[in-house]
Amino acid sequence: MKFSEQWLREWVNPAVDNDTLSAQLTMAGLEVDAVAPVAEAFSGVVVGEVLQVEQHPDADKLRVCQVNIGTGEPLNIVCGAANVRAGLRVPTATIGAVLPGDFRIKKSKLRGVESFGMLCSAKELGLAETSEGLLELALDAPVGRDLRDYLQLDDVTFELGLTPNRGDCLSIAGIAREVGVVNRCAVTAPHIDAVAAGSADTFPVSVTAPADCPRYVGRVIRGINPQATTPVWMVERLRRSGVRSLGPAVDITNYLLLELGQPMHAFDLARLKTGIEVRRARAGETLALLNGSTVELDGDTLVIADGNGPQALAGVMGGDATAVGDATVDIFLESAFFAPEAIVGRARRYGLHTDSSHRFERGVSPALQRDALERATALFVQITGGVPGPVVEVTHEAYLPQRASITLRQVRIKRVLGFELPVAEVEDILARLGLSVESVAEGWRVIPPAWRFDIAIEEDLIEELARIHGYDHLPSIRPIAAMQMGEVGEGQLGLEQLRRLLVTRGYQEAVTYSFVAPELQQLLEPSLAPLALANPISAEMAVMRTTLWAGLVQALVYNTNRQQGRVRLFESGMRFLPEATGLRQDRVIAGLAYGAALPEQWGEAVRPVDFFDLKADVEAVLALSGLDATVSFVAAAHPALHPGQSARIEQNGAPLGWIGALHPVVTEKLGLVGGTLVFELALEPLLRGRKPRFHELSRFPAVRRDIAVVIDNSVPVDAVLAVIRRSAPDTLQELKLFDLYTGKGIDSGRKSLAMGLTLQADSRTLTDSEVDAALESILATLKAELGATLRD
Amino acid sequence: MTVQDELQQQVTQACEAVAAAADLAALDQVRVHYLGKKGVLTERMKQLGQLAPEDRPRVGALINTAKEQVQQAIEARKDGLQSAALDARLAAEAVDVTLPGRGQRSGGLHPVTRVLSRIEALFSQLGFTVAEGPEVEDDFHNFEALNIPASHPARAMHDTFYFDARTLLRTHTSPVQIRAMEKQQPPLRIIAPGRVYRCDYDQTHSPMFHQVEGLLVDDRVTFADLKGILDDFLRNFFEGDFKVRFRPSYFPFTEPSAEVDVQCVMCGGSGCRSCKHTGWLEVGGCGMVHPNVFKAVGIDSERYTGFAFGMGVERLAMLRYGVNDLRLFFENDLRFLEQFR
Repeated sequence: MKFSEQWLREWVNPAVDNDTLSAQLTMAGLEVDAVAPVAEAFSGVVVGEVLQVEQHPDADKLRVCQVNIGTGEPLNIVCGAANVRAGLRVPTATIGAVLPGDFRIKKSKLRGVESFGMLCSAKELGLAETSEGLLELALDAPVGRDLRDYLQLDDVTFELGLTPNRGDCLSIAGIAREVGVVNRCAVTAPHIDAVAAGSADTFPVSVTAPADCPRYVGRVIRGINPQATTPVWMVERLRRSGVRSLGPAVDITNYLLLELGQPMHAFDLARLKTGIEVRRARAGETLALLNGSTVELDGDTLVIADGNGPQALAGVMGGDATAVGDATVDIFLESAFFAPEAIVGRARRYGLHTDSSHRFERGVSPALQRDALERATALFVQITGGVPGPVVEVTHEAYLPQRASITLRQVRIKRVLGFELPVAEVEDILARLGLSVESVAEGWRVIPPAWRFDIAIEEDLIEELARIHGYDHLPSIRPIAAMQMGEVGEGQLGLEQLRRLLVTRGYQEAVTYSFVAPELQQLLEPSLAPLALANPISAEMAVMRTTLWAGLVQALVYNTNRQQGRVRLFESGMRFLPEATGLRQDRVIAGLAYGAALPEQWGEAVRPVDFFDLKADVEAVLALSGLDATVSFVAAAHPALHPGQSARIEQNGAPLGWIGALHPVVTEKLGLVGGTLVFELALEPLLRGRKPRFHELSRFPAVRRDIAVVIDNSVPVDAVLAVIRRSAPDTLQELKLFDLYTGKGIDSGRKSLAMGLTLQADSRTLTDSEVDAALESILATLKAELGATLRD
Repeated sequence: MTVQDELQQQVTQACEAVAAAADLAALDQVRVHYLGKKGVLTERMKQLGQLAPEDRPRVGALINTAKEQVQQAIEARKDGLQSAALDARLAAEAVDVTLPGRGQRSGGLHPVTRVLSRIEALFSQLGFTVAEGPEVEDDFHNFEALNIPASHPARAMHDTFYFDARTLLRTHTSPVQIRAMEKQQPPLRIIAPGRVYRCDYDQTHSPMFHQVEGLLVDDRVTFADLKGILDDFLRNFFEGDFKVRFRPSYFPFTEPSAEVDVQCVMCGGSGCRSCKHTGWLEVGGCGMVHPNVFKAVGIDSERYTGFAFGMGVERLAMLRYGVNDLRLFFENDLRFLEQFR
């Protein structure tokens, strides 16, 4: 809601400056978004009367004008505007005037003719973004009067960002009411008299949807002057509210909408047939609207129809066929109360949002329609002339909103606000807000006024009390609560700890969008059908990710495109897996490594990051969670991963995640040069953590034996280690793989694994012979089960 | 030449040889030459028996003295050579301590995580625990239960991403309130951080951003408590004695409702671009839980009262770190992220 301060002050004029007024509105819940001067600074511009216009002797497009500015001798002014003509009253910048942009007017010669000033357009005065020709002032504009004074340009525009509950403040009247309450000063509404009918002309109105339209008021005005123009004062007020002047009929209805908050509509009477019927649309009906679009109506939409069918979307927008135009002489003026429930959502359904629907959705006072119609009639008679017929009103009292009484308990005020508001103040505030207040035993019985659609329960009243008392004046205290310890499970790991671990290991945390491009999703997990948004913001953000890799690889590409050669990223968040039983939303943690294994530095050879660098990071995460002992890496194929460098991570056989190098086809499609390693782990199992458990320390020496075995390349190391663990005595404390060798001295297709075994007993010193026996047994099992031979 | 003179001469020669020994090996040769099993002085001692018995003690003493002198010279030289060798080794082992350390370099947390951790740390001191909920939500938890029925104009304030008529991406973290209250009767003290989604994308809007929601429900919670907690929080969060302002606003799920402004942390309230010259920064919304919300989750609003608040995390991060463009948070440019190590 945008409005001029001067206009407001005609209604209510507290003794405060506009800064204070602005602060008051904001603190009353009517947030002021902007306060701006209505016109740029200029001076030396007066109302001039063009007395005579002659063609410039040497220029086709210039005219030489005699302009009276009330100083006796007319000024000789050269003007290039197409609309300059004798009799016009226009803004005249005199010698010494300063126009917006610090443009100074001096005596000048244009093609040999002296000019003593300049006739101005609205744009030249900073009153409009664009304009065609001179600003034409009213024919009775006082010649010689300073233009700022005449147009009252020393004014500011307030722009309010109103919340949807305050439909009552979408008008000067409503804002004035609030300002009056806050400042305890009188509000003067313009006096509205009934305009006597000058004829008996009426147009039939029937309302067949009374619940949707409890009140419909209208009247015929015949013989308006199609040549009439909107007076400058009204054009200016509309302009200061951000509304463009479109001719008197539209301007008057817009003016009433701004002034009283009553949306109105003027039909061209000549184009209406038979009579008005307010009804629901019938399936299949269409309506061509004022904005040029045609909508197909549904049975849930309220329309104003005539003998030809729907002519307006009730409370939203008029139809094209019956719109007033340049030739309109007879109109039918509508002022109705549509129930908010009948309007809400309808405009949006048809892709519309209008000043009218905005107000009806939020609630227009049902007591306003007749006053608005009378005031509009008076303005029509004044501006366009014409003869009004009698007012036609169809009201179904039973359907008008009833304001039920609300009980306000004194104890509840304290219960909610935390302090005792004095009784006198409670009653004063409620009365000032226009509520009817009656004392009852526990407090008050209150009935809200017709214009308030947002007061229905006790809490609403308490908010009103707090608002007018001032939120600033409400107490602020530190709450007191019972001290109770929460559970702190030691076996509970925070995500924070996992994040910190990855950060320590060189990873930078990323946050990527949860929705990604379907193509990218398809590239990474082609077998999954991702959850698709019905109304995505763009094709790049159309489906929900099933893996965090989607966002991470995009972030990688973004960074490699910006000359980053080494990237470590991780992210934690949800992935969205559609499953037969419904959508699964799982939290996961995923990481990505690209470029050199280590940051560029002295003393370390540069080598690209590989599978085992990333595996070490994953193992560190698993170790922090205490899962390292129960987790295995199983070679497995994943469409996004290199078939020879990918593993499913399993915990006791259950899938926990994936690790691998991105498939070369994938990296190529992403435009990446070089290998990229990724991992993703389900988060919940990682957060379980573990509670440590003490194991007695042995006082006896440990024995370390190293063995090297040769085995087929196809046998995974894990299998070898598993056999050793299984066949070793329980004195085996540690088993470490410390070398892997292929090449000279080893048959092709085979590899040599060197392992260190540490054995130690709790209660005695192990003898050489029992250790030897243990090793022999291990080797025998390795040979029998895996075909491993001892390396010479 | 007397025996004494001879010995003196040998000692002198020995000392010269000691001094001339360039290293420990040469010095050892000197030792062997004079003091070894067949050394010059050892031999003399062996020959002592050939002397007259009355001369033996005197000459023996002289030889011992000579041996001691040589021994001492050797020891002294040995010390000298050893410390020189150590010095040489130490000198050889010296490094340029200004060379940078080797190995992995730490990464860093995303600024959103930093801010959320900070918020969680502050509220956990007051006994608030972290609650979470799904991001793909249903209409009931995101709207209906929060007193935003289907046709409510407030729905226009939420540009919602839909999957179908009933399923959507949550537009705020408030549905976590509902889920928490469905699960547990008061007292409740939770904060709910997380991603939220709105169908809006321009310089100041991101289709995905983060909010943190707070909820306190107990049998004596008032608006004064809400003011107190947020006063405290904002001053602690911004680490300064900033003024906090509450002004009336509207959210369907709270009544009374308020917007919370903090005195501009950039200019201290004198007016700047960050605060659009108002001196105030809007940081969140809050209010007393609406009775209809309590009704939707089966909590008796006569017995319990509560407050809720919600704040935009990126907004707080921008103010806290001076970030000037919302989009930076989701581009994941390393040059941006690395500033928050």
